[in-house]
Amino acid sequence: MTKVYNNRAWWLILPMLLLVAFSAVIPVMTVVNYSVQDVFDAHTRFFTGTEWFREMLNDPALQAAVLRQFAFSLTVLAIEVPLGIGIALIMPKKGWQASAILILVTMPLLIPWNVVGSIWQIFTRGDIGLMGWSLRELGYGYNITSSPLDAWVTIILMDVWHWTPLIALLCFSGLRSIPDAYYQAARIDRASKWAVFRYIQLPKLTNVLVIGVLLRFMHSFMIYAEPFVLTGGGPGNSTTFLSQSLTTMAIGQQDLGPSAAFSLIYFLIILLVTWVFYTAIMNMQKDDNNQEA
Amino acid sequence: MSDSLPTTPEAVRQRAAAADSRRRRQARPVSRQWRRRGLMAAYIVFVLLPIYWLLNMSFQSNTEILGGLTLWPENFTTEHYAKIFTEPSWYMGYVNSIIYVLMNMLISIAVALPAAYAFSRYQFIGDKHLFFWLLTNLMAPPAVFLLPYFQLYYTVGLFDTHIAVALAHCLFNIPLAVWILEGFMSGVPKEIDETAFIDGYSFPRFFVKIFIPMISSGIGVTLFFLFMFSWVELLLASTLTATHAQPIASVMTQTKGASGIDWGTLAAAGTLTILPGIVVVYFVRNHIAKGFALGRT
Amino acid sequence: MAEITLKSLAHTYLADPQSPQDYAIREMDHVWHQGGAYALLGPSGCGKSTLLNIISGLLEPTSGEVLFDGEVVNSLPPEARNIAQVFQFPVIYDTMTVYDNLAFPLRNVKTPEARVHQRVMEIAEVLELTAQLKRKAKNLTADEKQKVSMGRGLVREDVSAILFDEPLTVIDPQLKWKLRRKLKEIHQRFAITMVYVTHDQLEASTFADKIAVMYEGQVVQFGTPRELFEMPNHTFVGYFIGSPGMNFLGVKSRDGRVMADDTELAVGQGIHDAVAGARSANIKLGIRPEFIEVHAEPIEGGMQARVDHAQDLGTHSIVYLTLGKLPLKARIEEDQETPTGTAWLRFPDEHIGLYVDEFRVEIEHD
Repeated sequence: MTKVYNNRAWWLILPMLLLVAFSAVIPVMTVVNYSVQDVFDAHTRFFTGTEWFREMLNDPALQAAVLRQFAFSLTVLAIEVPLGIGIALIMPKKGWQASAILILVTMPLLIPWNVVGSIWQIFTRGDIGLMGWSLRELGYGYNITSSPLDAWVTIILMDVWHWTPLIALLCFSGLRSIPDAYYQAARIDRASKWAVFRYIQLPKLTNVLVIGVLLRFMHSFMIYAEPFVLTGGGPGNSTTFLSQSLTTMAIGQQDLGPSAAFSLIYFLIILLVTWVFYTAIMNMQKDDNNQEA
Repeated sequence: MSDSLPTTPEAVRQRAAAADSRRRRQARPVSRQWRRRGLMAAYIVFVLLPIYWLLNMSFQSNTEILGGLTLWPENFTTEHYAKIFTEPSWYMGYVNSIIYVLMNMLISIAVALPAAYAFSRYQFIGDKHLFFWLLTNLMAPPAVFLLPYFQLYYTVGLFDTHIAVALAHCLFNIPLAVWILEGFMSGVPKEIDETAFIDGYSFPRFFVKIFIPMISSGIGVTLFFLFMFSWVELLLASTLTATHAQPIASVMTQTKGASGIDWGTLAAAGTLTILPGIVVVYFVRNHIAKGFALGRT
Repeated sequence: MAEITLKSLAHTYLADPQSPQDYAIREMDHVWHQGGAYALLGPSGCGKSTLLNIISGLLEPTSGEVLFDGEVVNSLPPEARNIAQVFQFPVIYDTMTVYDNLAFPLRNVKTPEARVHQRVMEIAEVLELTAQLKRKAKNLTADEKQKVSMGRGLVREDVSAILFDEPLTVIDPQLKWKLRRKLKEIHQRFAITMVYVTHDQLEASTFADKIAVMYEGQVVQFGTPRELFEMPNHTFVGYFIGSPGMNFLGVKSRDGRVMADDTELAVGQGIHDAVAGARSANIKLGIRPEFIEVHAEPIEGGMQARVDHAQDLGTHSIVYLTLGKLPLKARIEEDQETPTGTAWLRFPDEHIGLYVDEFRVEIEHD
């Protein structure tokens, strides 16, 4: 769509801008301010320059947390995206079953994040949880408080439970926008189920999947409440992700300078990854369009 | 399939007959339908099982819970629910959460609608940068903002109020709303606006009477997302409140007492946090199927 | 290659149809012969697309049979019927190149790649798509896209019929005739049965050898464009074909005269006898605007009519007349004088059709 050039549009933006600026700009400035100072108390502070940043980047505990965070985010993406597509493909499209299943599938998305943690804590406990108890009855010594592997698998299972519905709903909605004629033409062309998926459904899903992957990456990278309630970051530090490290440092230890520096690094990592992903996708699409040259 | 395609009517007929009998023998469509239903059912069970377990526990007394594993409440009790509904510290948690969520939805949609319209219809100085900056707010981890928010709201005297949480959630909800609505609005042809202005509509009247009804699906989905992200957020909500505006999510941490966790009450409280979500999905269920792609298919 | 027969075919979208109005297709029999170029013409909602989808197998008819070369194919899905269909809006596989789009139906049945290449090049040549073969299909213009979707039908050697569902709807007017001619050319070259659904009579008559006119779920007439024009079987065909459509006058016989309301019509004895002999209250005489003789001066046996206005269309004009109380349209050629105020009309007997209960009845002329 060609847009009209009109600077009065700023008036429409203004209320939104003021609100977001209040919520974002002032706090970000506070963070930047802290990140370059060493604060002893309200009256005593020293300018430290990039010292905190260097310290944070060289901190092995934080490096490990970053790696853990990437491992976690990539794992859940690798499971949730294909699974979500699969569920969208088998969800019924008409009738009361469609509404019922839509509501059931959406349910995990609307549960407060700490409650999600509680649900899985209750579900997986060896003594009172259905899953934990069943696994032990089957002879597997399942214990998320002592086995890092069990803790990891459980957290990933929880995240899959919690967030696959988002991908599924995005894809379901994307699939609904494909006109019937496409499926009819494919039948007449004797396309296999796989070919229909590969050449009709998947291309139509590209846009929603970009949204889905971006949202999922960002949110999984900021995950806090669910693992905090479920495992508390343990056993050891094996499920301590970035948000939890940061909160411990900022609130628990009151290390304002380092945690502010860490905050900015954290934010920049998300921004960078998102930007790279988004630019890559856009370039791919541009290549497509340029091929006619 | 053979490599060569049939070229005579005879061959076509033979192949048609062969395909027909194969189909009848295998009854493929039916079996495929059942496989589909089976997989769907398996997924639904996976979704429901943990929730069922929560529900199951919420109707058991703590002695029954800790006494041994039972697949359904053998001594059915509603004591935990009674506790939640009679103790103000518990039920006010729900009231507080609902208040700030509704405030946030109202504020976000009210400022996002005109902003999204501006982004979808006009070019202006700095539009692209502004839009990008908005989106970066979606990527800011709430943990980063914990301390600054605490200090900011404390300084302006809003600490422990509903509006503080509602405003804090604007950080990610307004950009999200602008972004979703912009997608839907760009799908509405500009000619609609032009025709309305030629017909003598003023901008506000056009916006309310014509434009908003045209993107009702988009607004439904946006409200769904606003509700979702404000309702589920815990970190900011509990940091910015103490006793007066405490959300249910942080009230729930009270169940950790000296004598261990009060599992029954925790389960009942958890169950009750699911209900508002179900109500919301029920209302927007018809918009979800169409609008969840956020106008970007 | 196939002859397509429809035997007592009927279809309804309702679970529990009560009356004939509930049927999208009312019971009908029809034969499309091998190698013919046919059009299925009718207004929107008359059941054309339903019928097309039943032939291709996308829909299963409620009752009756579809036969290909005498073989019942009701239970065969579209992929087993060797039928190609081109839809109203071009269906192309966005992510593939034009070449891959054309090759798609062949690769789906594992045709050897050498053969695929040969066929694709051949069809691309016919459709003048050779230059575009390497382009992504989604960047094509609407008419090129529609050519690609036709091409996917043509590329198959086993295809017994190609069905077109208003394929030129989204094509620019100046390209329509080009594509239509291309279709005609393809039809002559490959001798494939083609059924072309449209609501445009011009499109139908330029493409098809024979046209089936559909109305309310039934084929009311099946004939050459000339037959449809000169001898419409049904009042609907009269209205629908021709521009403007046929004039119809509700008539009855009174005192040995043919009366349209209170106006006596000057028609031959044969017509009067036929009107008098019909056993229905619904009797109409039909005459095409082209066949009404309009005279500016009084003539022997002419009926006096009022001239309301005339519309000059360049090569001819259409005159709007009132005869008694009945509105009529007549066509006047360029070289003829257009009357003003009053005109005298004559209806040549041989061009008058008699319609009883909307269907044409043969008249015995003396």
